[in-house]
Amino acid sequence: MEITMENPKKKGVVLDSIVDTSLKKTPKIETKNIKVWYEEFNAIKGISMSIKPNTVTAFIGPSGCGKSTFLRLFNRMNDYVDGFSLEGKIKINGQNIYKKNVNVEELRKEVGMVFQKPNPFPKSIFDNVAYGLKIQGIKDKQLINDRVISSLKQVGLWEEVKDDLKKSGLALSGGQQQRLCIARTLAVEPSIILMDEPTSALDPISTAKIEELIFQLKQKYTIVIVTHNMQQASRISDYTAFFYLGELIEFNKTKNIFTNPEKKQTENYITGRFG
Amino acid sequence: MRKIKELIIEKTLMTSALITIAVTLGIILVLSIEAIQFFSEVSIFDFLTDTQWTPLFTEKHFGILPLLSGTLLTSFIAISVALPIGLTISIYLSEYAPKAFRKAVKPLLELLASIPTVVYGFFALVVVTPFLQGFFPDLAGFNSLSAGIVMGIMIIPYISSISEDALHAVPASLREASYGMGATKLQTAFKVIVPAASSGIIVSIILAISRAIGETMIVAIAAGQQPRLTLDPTVPVETITAYIVQVSLGDVQHGSLEYRTIFAAGITLFTFTFLLNTLSYRIRKKYQEKYE
Repeated sequence: MEITMENPKKKGVVLDSIVDTSLKKTPKIETKNIKVWYEEFNAIKGISMSIKPNTVTAFIGPSGCGKSTFLRLFNRMNDYVDGFSLEGKIKINGQNIYKKNVNVEELRKEVGMVFQKPNPFPKSIFDNVAYGLKIQGIKDKQLINDRVISSLKQVGLWEEVKDDLKKSGLALSGGQQQRLCIARTLAVEPSIILMDEPTSALDPISTAKIEELIFQLKQKYTIVIVTHNMQQASRISDYTAFFYLGELIEFNKTKNIFTNPEKKQTENYITGRFG
Repeated sequence: MRKIKELIIEKTLMTSALITIAVTLGIILVLSIEAIQFFSEVSIFDFLTDTQWTPLFTEKHFGILPLLSGTLLTSFIAISVALPIGLTISIYLSEYAPKAFRKAVKPLLELLASIPTVVYGFFALVVVTPFLQGFFPDLAGFNSLSAGIVMGIMIIPYISSISEDALHAVPASLREASYGMGATKLQTAFKVIVPAASSGIIVSIILAISRAIGETMIVAIAAGQQPRLTLDPTVPVETITAYIVQVSLGDVQHGSLEYRTIFAAGITLFTFTFLLNTLSYRIRKKYQEKYE
């Protein structure tokens, strides 16, 4: 699989340049004592965590432990859930994203998301990747064209689809669809990519391709991935966070979590004794 | 014993289904036979090209065009009213309205379709026409404008309800994907959800047109009974359905040529609604396959 990392248009966003230069160690995402409720249900019970730029962080834990909810806080996707309320602070690139005057649309251009089930739009492959640019009001055909091609190349889909960009995105295989969805996200040039079990609906070969892709993308993006697959977490992530019943039980380098977990609960979970 | 019971139930169900089909076929058969007899006396060419429809006068003309223009004009006005309003309602209910509001309002809207059409007809005649005359003093007492507008109100729920179902059936994952890319609600609704539901929306429009073309009472009461080949919405016209009512209630002799004009008009109407309904059925089939 050929992956090129070239990028036609360097982003001029101030936040990015900070990360790119001196403050490499500044956390990309920082949460302080986050609590989440759905109506009366306390889904997240006070989680503080900081995620470093250009790393892959895996969220693991049994179903219902709050890892997906926590992930979706970073691009405010929980805003649409009825009865959602939040306490605590989340800073992305040093800015509190739940402040009143935050533009949610702008935030989501910075924090892209890939979902569990591949969800391409019922549009052509080209239009799927161009969507994010078009909704930003970009009319420059050359720019859109270049960005679509480079995004498709980044996810290794270009060689497979270059001759039928007009074909519906739904005509692709599941694995190709998911890579198309990643390309669609990359086209907007976010700096963070959230992935919510991106390979759980895919076959092993497609999964391997996506994992390889995640590994490549790390150079340029900060990736947070929710996964139910322990091997996947250990293969692709630099850091692993283990969630249980709305609490962050352990958060450490992936190597440590999988070889020498500090908490008994973590050990039980990763060795398959519960969950 | 049990087997016999099953058998009886099965046969009863089958019989009811067959009766329905038999009645439909019977109607088509009678319509066709009478229409064929009509066309043995009046040439199809004249029927389709003559610009006058005066079967009850001494100088008889049998051109369906004036009736057809009356039907299409009123239906066109109705759709022009119902489409923008119905579509706006459906998008609002599906994409913007709180769940509870949607649940409460949708059945209320559907109530519009359950008001007896004779009530709508009178409403058009005694409320809408005088109101419009305030703006257009030349508006005749019977006209296609107010009949069309009121008919449009009547068919709003056909468009809003079926379109809303189609919009609502678009998987939530597409909405998430669009929001996740930084799209606003409006962009998501118009660039993703409406296109994805387009076949369902088209079906709703076709069904509404079909309903408007077949509507009788409103146009019979408010649009007049003067077959006229015109596109002027301010003058009285007659639709195919209104003509059929007029002749059925009159005292034309059974078996006469005048009597058979009903069937000629009827089969024209049937052809239109049949084609529209078939079209919507085809589109719906295709659309169902897409989401399964």
